[in-house]
Order: sequence, then structure tokens, then C-alpha cells
Amino acid sequence: MRLSVHHETRYRFTEPQARIVQLLRLFPADTSHQTVVNWRIDVDCDARLRDSIDGYGNITRMLYAEGPVETLLLTVSGEALLTEDDGPIKGTDEPFPPELFRRVTSLTRADAVIEGLGQGDDLPAMTALAAAIHARWSLDRRPTPTIRTAIEAAGDERLGPRDMAQIFIAAARARGVPARYVSGYSLSGDDERRTAAPHAWAEAYVAGGWYAFDPAIGGRSGLDHVRVAVALDAAGAAPIAGVRMGAGEEELDVDVRVEGA
Amino acid sequence: MAMLSRTAASLYWLGRYVERADFLARLVEATVRLDALSSRPAGDAAWASALAVSYTEDSFAATGEAVGQGSVARFLTCDRSHAGSILWCLDAARNNAKAVRTALTRDAWTAINRAWIVFNAPRGEEGEDILNLVEAIKAEARGFEGAVQRMMKNEATWFVQLGAAIERADNTARLIDVKYHLLLPEGEAVGGAIDRDQWTTILQTVSAVTAYRWLYSEGLKPANVIELLLSRGEVPRSLAACVDETVEMLNMLGKRTGFQGEADRMARARLARMQKTRAHEVIVSGLHEYLNAFIRENAMLDAAIARQFRFI
Amino acid sequence: MGQAFDEIWGHGGPDHPRTDLAALARWMRGVPPHELKRRLQSAEATFRQLGITFAVYGDSEAAERIIPFDIVPRVFMADEWARLSQGLIQRTQAINAFLDDIYGERRILKAGVLPPDLIFGNAQFRPEIAGIRPPHGVWAHICGIDLVRTGPDEFYVLEDNARTPSGVSYMLENREAMIRLCPELFRNFRVAAVDSYPDRLLETMRSVAPPGAGAHPTCVVLTPGHFNSAYYEHSFLADSMGVELVEPADLLVDDDVVWMQTIAGRVRVDVIYRRIDDDFIDPVVFRPESLLGVPGLISAYRAGNVALVNAPGNGIADDKAIYSYMPEIVRFYAEAEPLLPNVETWRCREPQALKYVLDHLDEVVVKLVDGSGGYGMLVGPTASKQEIEDFRRALIAEPQRYIAQPTLALSTVPTLTEQGLAPRHVDFRPFVLTGAQTVQVVPGGLTRVALKEGSLVVNSSQGGGTKDSFVLMDDAPVQSQTMGGMTQSQGGR
Repeated sequence: MRLSVHHETRYRFTEPQARIVQLLRLFPADTSHQTVVNWRIDVDCDARLRDSIDGYGNITRMLYAEGPVETLLLTVSGEALLTEDDGPIKGTDEPFPPELFRRVTSLTRADAVIEGLGQGDDLPAMTALAAAIHARWSLDRRPTPTIRTAIEAAGDERLGPRDMAQIFIAAARARGVPARYVSGYSLSGDDERRTAAPHAWAEAYVAGGWYAFDPAIGGRSGLDHVRVAVALDAAGAAPIAGVRMGAGEEELDVDVRVEGA
Repeated sequence: MAMLSRTAASLYWLGRYVERADFLARLVEATVRLDALSSRPAGDAAWASALAVSYTEDSFAATGEAVGQGSVARFLTCDRSHAGSILWCLDAARNNAKAVRTALTRDAWTAINRAWIVFNAPRGEEGEDILNLVEAIKAEARGFEGAVQRMMKNEATWFVQLGAAIERADNTARLIDVKYHLLLPEGEAVGGAIDRDQWTTILQTVSAVTAYRWLYSEGLKPANVIELLLSRGEVPRSLAACVDETVEMLNMLGKRTGFQGEADRMARARLARMQKTRAHEVIVSGLHEYLNAFIRENAMLDAAIARQFRFI
Repeated sequence: MGQAFDEIWGHGGPDHPRTDLAALARWMRGVPPHELKRRLQSAEATFRQLGITFAVYGDSEAAERIIPFDIVPRVFMADEWARLSQGLIQRTQAINAFLDDIYGERRILKAGVLPPDLIFGNAQFRPEIAGIRPPHGVWAHICGIDLVRTGPDEFYVLEDNARTPSGVSYMLENREAMIRLCPELFRNFRVAAVDSYPDRLLETMRSVAPPGAGAHPTCVVLTPGHFNSAYYEHSFLADSMGVELVEPADLLVDDDVVWMQTIAGRVRVDVIYRRIDDDFIDPVVFRPESLLGVPGLISAYRAGNVALVNAPGNGIADDKAIYSYMPEIVRFYAEAEPLLPNVETWRCREPQALKYVLDHLDEVVVKLVDGSGGYGMLVGPTASKQEIEDFRRALIAEPQRYIAQPTLALSTVPTLTEQGLAPRHVDFRPFVLTGAQTVQVVPGGLTRVALKEGSLVVNSSQGGGTKDSFVLMDDAPVQSQTMGGMTQSQGGR
């Protein structure tokens, strides 16, 4: 299956900014499950760009824009070929052994609610965990401005994909299963093809390999997920982490379109 | 190695805040004299004008207190809640000094620190106490100025003095503007009947009583006072002296950094105009408008300095 | 706990000092306490004027205190120091090798020396910086190794400090004070100088500049700002090295290169001695909600365009949970026995150890794995019943957060008290500098003293003070110099 992605992030500032520095995790890498056909990021102002690989093996791009900047438009556009494969994800850059992803971070602590989502540490148990999260909370794709902890999110009724992924991770780690956060793109699974945020799901290390689970759809993530960045939690895999130097407020507009091509 | 922009900004603002504290001290002192010690006490109007001179009318109104010696003197000296009090200025000056300790001599730092300690000591609310207090601030401000002058002649000194010159220009212009309006009786031309005590107050506030006597033999005349404060470069707090000092400091800095910019051009243009300014012509064509334009230009120059040296 | 060893008086008391230090003991007897007190007050007045203050956590900003200073120095004999230095260098080299390995190949885990979850489950192991090799492979450029002593030849490492160890300004200022107040000591003893520390530090920083920096790399000290409790030390070090003291807002990263903003434009920065915690150095990588820090700094570091002194991620080497494995770590990298032993440590994460600790709470010292400054610490023998019971509950609830150690009979050094000279417990922090080519120990350090009688807590935030630390250059006190030919002749009258 061929998936095309068009992701626009537009900033408008009430006052011109002196400088903007952003760390972008927006480039997918090839894996056993995906082949990136073409992929580009465009910036609509003068900026210096530097590409690198972060500690997790994600492809990163630093963006340094000199002011005055009043608006900034980042456009990600690309296509990826997804392969039908029921096995674990292979061919990824893995600087760490799975043990690292057992570490409980401040965002991925579990409470009684999260621990009560089931038992088991094998592939079916993880699939059941994704389904349990899907069943328990209702999905709300409207983005929340700040990253909440898994426990904070679990106390709410409606969760975003990011919240669900972190709850999945918290629950898996509480059972001793290595699990990690994934940011990327997916077909929304329903008719709504446009969303206001990239997607997020999780991977768990079971049966000797990394498998992807998407609690937002309640099971294994399939043919319609383009995997971009992984980390211990949502903070580490944020698609855009930026700082602006300048006064005033910012207005953020995100438009993500994913289509099967 | 060129000086860090932040260090330069701290020194510049250190100069401004010490100058402002000193000006406020002299303003309070002169107003106390005008209100209580002169032959014809000016009463609360004198305190209302002190608020106007220090841009604090609105913040004082917010306190809900009635205008009077006790309330305004306290407000302008020991009220930490607004930027127009001596205490606030000393806090800000000391914070800036602390951030650039290594750029200052121990003398300069101690003068600031002592003034701050004096002002943070508990005290009563008597008028005499206020006079002692402002006397102490004036002494420390002189001590600071002396210490800065004894410092190595380098960017550190020049930024402090540049800040002081910009602040002083604003203070003097504002003082003339407010007092001039207050003193001009309705329907009466400038240069008419004047209140001698009021004009003396102005001269006291800029420490120019003696200078006036030296320069003018004919007794207090408003036109002379205005000329003195506008265009007599010999008087350190005159607009002419501030304008000149600003250019000089920017020149020294330009030689050190190896380039000149927007601030230099603005300051030099202002100096050229000032050299052609005749006080009597200004009075005829509108002193208030002239002073307002001067204050605006001074603020633009301040912004240009911040941009040129990247104060952030 | 038996009678503690006194470093000057030995076990014999004031009248039977250690033979090597008889001259010092005589000096102590010779100067009356009121004179010592006068000198001490003079030193403290100077410290206050200079502003060598620290802010106590939890106090308001106004509560700037000076750390009490004691006038009786602690003394290391030349041979003691030589042995200590070897041990310190060995340990520091092991720390650097460990960091280089743990963020790189992780040979030590493959060899099974450490349990992997000790590293991977530890928040001090920073995945964000994995894969970066700092310029010249140096991670812990400045190490402060805290030592305690229990007898003439018994030194133990209490704690390693490989992040941003502080206290070196006290080493230097205390020495200045001693030279001024007790010049006779320096005539009678050949004390190794410490005042070269700033030069050696600058040399160390220059040596690790990135290859592209050229012959004259620009070095700076990065401070969080003048509200920080250690600001004095930051400005002192910048000043004495003759480099800029910068705050995060003075630095900017453009195109993966670090610049500082000056009145004459941008100046490229090659080496940053940063006194800001990892969490706050780069908001786009760590702590996105933090407004502090220099955005892009880690990217510039990853690109090899700047050296960070000390390297981010070092916390994994001085973490208290790692500490108990340091002997194994030293053995692994040095391929030799550790010259400096650890204090015996029970890891409460291990059930056997936990049981022992719970059974002996009134005898041991319990510490939080991630605590510092003497907080979150139980000193069993001096604790109240209530404190012991509080710790028992905390230990049972979260054993993995604690380690415990025997209560050591820490050595004492005579200290001026209201009742004259009396023994007080001390510890010691020497500073080890690691450059591209050299590892060196500055002959001196920071001696902290618990001023309360019997107290073992030396932290300044808990009422501790400091002393000068003499390292003698050889065993024999030098003869005092004669003034022959230097004074006006008194003959002929």
C-alpha cells in the first residue's frame, strides 16, 4: 500500500520573533514494514538546516531561523510504501537494547486504573491491552496543547492518540514489557482524513521482537502507519520541539492529510 | 574580546537606575522644601506635580491615597510596588550591579550596596527623616559616580555614563515640562509674574542653584532658567550637556567596537540641532511641544542603543 | 563507634600529637584561642565583603550566608598525598572510561559486570546524548571525589562528583585567608600552592577544544545567573581564568555552531564550562517546558562543534546506585585493584541487604540514591526513634531508592570552638582535572568540617564549615629563613 502524507504546521506570532530554533523529528526511515519513496520538508523563510541522528536513532533536522519572523510554515510532504508483514519490525536503527524501554519515566507511571487494564506479557496480551484502552476511553483527535502524564490522562474520558499511547506504555512497563512511544502518520481509520496533529502509537517488545500497537484503533497497527520517531515517551519523540526568542503570543495551525495513493 | 551584550545592558541600566534614584531623591528634597520650608508653602499642588514629573500619577492614584507630603514622599521613596520609587530603582540598580560584579570596581559596587542597605533599614515617617534619607542617597549616588569615573576608562564606564546621560536628559526635560505648565498662570504669557520659590525648586532639583548665580547676574527670570536647563552645556544636567555626553560616550564605544550605527547617527543629529537651539525661540514657538518631541526622540535613541548593542 | 582518629593529635590527644605533625601541634598550643578567634573573625569579615555566600535551600534570597571557616588547617603529608593522588587518578580515569563505554559500546554490560537495568532503568543514563563522543573522549573534566578517613592509612571514597562539582572557590579563598592570617605557618611548613588551579582549569578546557577551534579556542563559564547559590564561584572562576561569564541568554546556536552575543557582534564559542544541570542546558532536547538553557546546544555538541565541560550524561557515573559498583568498574577498566576503597554499601534494592539494614537502622547511615546536600539522610546512631521509624517505613515502601553504609568513625581535626580547640569530624573533596592528554590532582582541596560536637554531617546547608587543606611538599618542616644580609646592621653601636 502506498500512503501519501501532507503535514502543514503554521505559526503566526503577534510580534516578530528575533530567532526560532526547532528540533524536527519528521523524517521516517526505511524498515522491514515501510519504504520511504520520497519525503521532503519545506520551510517558508530563510533558515539554516542541519540533519543528524538523535540518541534513539531517529532522523532529526535542526532549524535555525533568523528574525524578524512573523509567520512560519513547515510543510512535510512525502510518500511511503507499506508492506504487508505480520512479523516484528526489523531493519530499524536500534542503539539500545529493549531493556531501556522498561524504564518508567515521569510521563509513563502507572496507577491502579492502568494496571487494571489486564494481564500478561505476550503478543496476544499486548493486543488485548490496545483493545482494552480503545474500549475504555473514547478517542478525541483534537490535539491538547501540553503533554499529560499517563495517569492524568487515565482520569479523563476522552483521550488523544498520544494519551492512549502513553497509557499503553505505562501498562506494558508495569508488567515488565519493554514498550516505547512512536510518532508518525496513519490513515485515521474512519472517513475523517484530515487531522490537526500527527498520529501516535506504541511498540512493545514481545516474542523477541518489536511489534506496533495502536490503541486508537484498538489493536496491532497495520498497513496504514508510517513510523517516524521513537522514544521513551511523548516528550522524547515530539515531532517538533522548538523555542522562539521574542515577545508576544503564538498561534498554531496544524493540518495533516494522509491518503492512500 | 568585546563585551557581552548582556553585560553592556546591565551597565547601561545600572547607570539609568542610579541616575533616576538620584533624581527622585532631589525631587523629593526640593518638594519638601517648597511645601514646608518656603515662605509661602505650595501645599499639595507641589506633591501632585512631583508625581507628574516622575510619571507616577496613575500608579499613585491606584493606591487610593490622598495627595499630600506624607503619602507622596513615602510613595516616591520607599514603595517597592512601582518603578518610580527610589527603593525600586535601587533594587534594580543592585541587581544589575550584581550581575556584572566583575566589570565593576569594589568602590562602585559598595556605593550601590550601601545605598541599598540604607534604604532597606527600618525608619519612621517624619519629614526630617525623609530629608536625611534622600541626603544619604544623594551622597551614595555621588560616591558611585566618582567610583565610576575612577574606573578604568573602558566600555564598562562608558555604558554606565551613557545610561546616566539618557536618563538625565529625560528627567530634566520632564521636570521643565511639568513645572513650566504648572507655573504658567492661565492666560498669562511666559516670562510674566513668577513664583520665585517654584523656580528655585526646579534649580534645586537639578542642582543648578549655584550655576544660575554664576551665569546670570539679574536674579531669577524664567527665560534664563529655561535657557540654563536647555542649552547651557556648562550645567551638567542641562539637555545640551546630556546630548553632548551621549554623543561622546557613543563615540568612545564606537572606537572600541570598530563600528558605528543607528544610535550614533541619531545622537549626532540631535547634537547638531541642539547646538542651533536658542531658548527664547523655543519659548516663543512652544516649549511644551519642543520638550515632548525631545522626550520622544530620547526614547527612540534609547531603543536604538539597545538594538545597536544587542541588549535583547 | 570507637574513638575517632584525629589527623593532628592522632589517638594520643593534644599532648601526644602524631610525630610528623608535632610542629603544627606546637603552633596550635602557642597561639592563644582569643588570637585564633580574632584571626578567624577577620577572615569571615573578608568573605562577607567579597560576597562568598551561599543561599540555603528553602530560605529567601535575602538569607545569603557565608560558610563558616575554621582557622586550623588539615594537613596531608607528602607521602600520604602521593598515595591518595594515585588512587584519585585511577578512579577518575575509570569514571571517564566508564562514561565513554556506557554511552558507546557498553562493553562493561556485555562482560556482565553490571546489571543492565542498573543503567537502563536509571534516569541518569540519558538516551538523548547516546552516540555522541565528546571532543577528545573526555567526559568528566572536573571530578570532585569525596573522601573520608578513619585512620592513618585508611581513606575511603564516600561519593564521586562527575557532574558539576562545586567548592573549588573555597579551596582558593581559604588559602588566601590563611596566608594573610597565619603567615608563620607558611614559613614553617612547605605547603604546596593551590593558586595555579584557574590556570590548570583553563589549560584543561583549551586542551579539549574541538579540532576546528584553532590555536586560541574561546572558553566561557556558563552560569544560570546571579540568583544561583553558587554564583560567587562561577564569577570567581571566570574572573580568575580571564574568560567571559555567560548566562544562557548570552549564547545562541546557529547552524550547529555556538556563538556569544557581544556589543561588537557574535563571537564563536568553543569550550563551555557549564555550571547548569543537564535538564536545563537545551530546552529542545531536555525539559521542553523550561525557558532556560541554550536551544540547539546539544545539536552543536553532537556535531562536534563545541566541548561541554563536564559532558552531559555524566550523572550515570556518580549516581549513588552506581557508586556501590565502582570497585568493579575500576577493576574492569584499570585492570588493577582499586587503590582507593569504597565505603561498604548495602543496596537496599537487594532483599538480603534490605533485611540487614532494617535490622540495624540505629547503627547505619541511610541515603537516598538521588539525594544530595545531606537531605534525605538518616544517621542511625544520632537519630531519634521517630526518625528511625520514618525511615523504616520509607525503606519498606521504596527500597530501591536507598543505600546504607556503616557509620564510620570519621577522622577529626582540631577546630576552634567556644571552648577552645576540640576535635571535629571532617571529610575532604579533592579536585581532579582531566584534559586531552593529562590527568592531574591539584595539591589541596576542600575540607568540610561538622562544627557540632559529634556530628557527622559536614554539608554547608546543615551547619558545616570549611578548613584549608595543606599538602606538605616533603616530610621535614623547612627551616625558617634567616634574615642575614637583608636588614639594617645593628652592629657598631
